[in-house]
Amino acid sequence: MTEPHDPRGNLVRPYAVTRGRTEPIRDIPIEAVLVASSAAVQEARFAGHDKYRIAVLCEPKAQSLAELAALTRLPLGVARVLVADMVADGLLSLHSAAPRKGFSERMDLLGRVLSGLRKL
Amino acid sequence: MDFASSERTGAPPSEITSAKIVIAGGFGVGKTTLVGAVSEIEPLTTEAVMTAAGAGIDDASKVPEKGTTTVAMDFGRITMADDLILYLFGTPGQTRFWFMWDELIRGAVGAAVMVDTRRLTDAFAPLDYFENRHLPYLVAVNCFDGAPRYEPEEVREALAIPARVPLVMCDARHRDSVKAVLIGVVEHAMATLVTEHEQGVVVG
Repeated sequence: MTEPHDPRGNLVRPYAVTRGRTEPIRDIPIEAVLVASSAAVQEARFAGHDKYRIAVLCEPKAQSLAELAALTRLPLGVARVLVADMVADGLLSLHSAAPRKGFSERMDLLGRVLSGLRKL
Repeated sequence: MDFASSERTGAPPSEITSAKIVIAGGFGVGKTTLVGAVSEIEPLTTEAVMTAAGAGIDDASKVPEKGTTTVAMDFGRITMADDLILYLFGTPGQTRFWFMWDELIRGAVGAAVMVDTRRLTDAFAPLDYFENRHLPYLVAVNCFDGAPRYEPEEVREALAIPARVPLVMCDARHRDSVKAVLIGVVEHAMATLVTEHEQGVVVG
C-alpha cells in the first residue's frame, strides 16, 4: 500500500497537467503497451515534464498504460489523457491489446500465452 | 502471428501484443501475493481517482460517497517473448468499485477468483460478478497456513459454484502453484472459446 494521499495532490495537480481535460482523445486499454523511439524522446523534451517522463520510460522497453501511470504516480485517467495525446502527436507508438474478435486470432493468442506460462 | 517471432534479433518487433488475466477476490485474499509470485517486476500499484471532474473516465456517479475516492489496483508483468507480454491485474479489494472491475475485465483472456476458506462469504460478491459477465473464470482456493482445510467439492458446494467452472487449490506464495492457476485460466478460456465456436455463439 502507498502512503496516505493529500487529496488535493491527486486532484489539483494532475488535472492541471492535462489542462483540465478529463477525456482522452482516444481510448487506450490499461494493458496496451507503448514504445518511444530515441528521436521521440528528444522531441518530448519540449512536450512538458510529465510527457517527457513517459517518453523516457517507454524508450528502453515497452510499457503498458498501467505501468506508466504507476511509475509516474499519475492517476490512471490522467495518464490516459497524456498518453493518448502523445500517440496522436507521434511521440509514442501504441501496440495492440489482445484481439477480442475472431476465433483463430483469439485461439492463437491463448496458445501463445499458454506455452509462455508453461515455460516459466 | 507466428511462433518463430521470438527468434528475431536486433530490430524491435513491429507489433507487440499484450494480454491480461484478472485476479479477483475480496480484500486480503492474497491477490497481490499471487501476482508477485510470478511477476518479473515487483507488483506495481496504479490508482484511479474518482472525482466530479473525472466523470467519464472514472465515473463518480457510481460511487456512493460524494467527493473523491482513490481506487488502487496492483498488477504484475510477464514478458513472454519480445512481441508478447502478459499482465496480471488484481481487482480493487473494495467490492463497491464494480465499475473499475468492468474496466479491468474488458479484453481480458480470463480471470481467477481467489477464495480464502476462513472468509468464504467474501467470495460471494466476486463470484456473482463473474457469473453475470461474459468472461471465462475459475476459482482458486488459497490455502493459507492454519486455515480450515476443505475438500474442493466442499468449497464448491458451500459457494454454489457451477460444475462448468473449474476449481483449483493453490498456495499464492508459490510460483509453481500460481503457474498452475494461470495455466488453468488459459486452458479454460480455450475450452470455452472452442465450445462457443462449435455452438456458433457470436462473442464480442
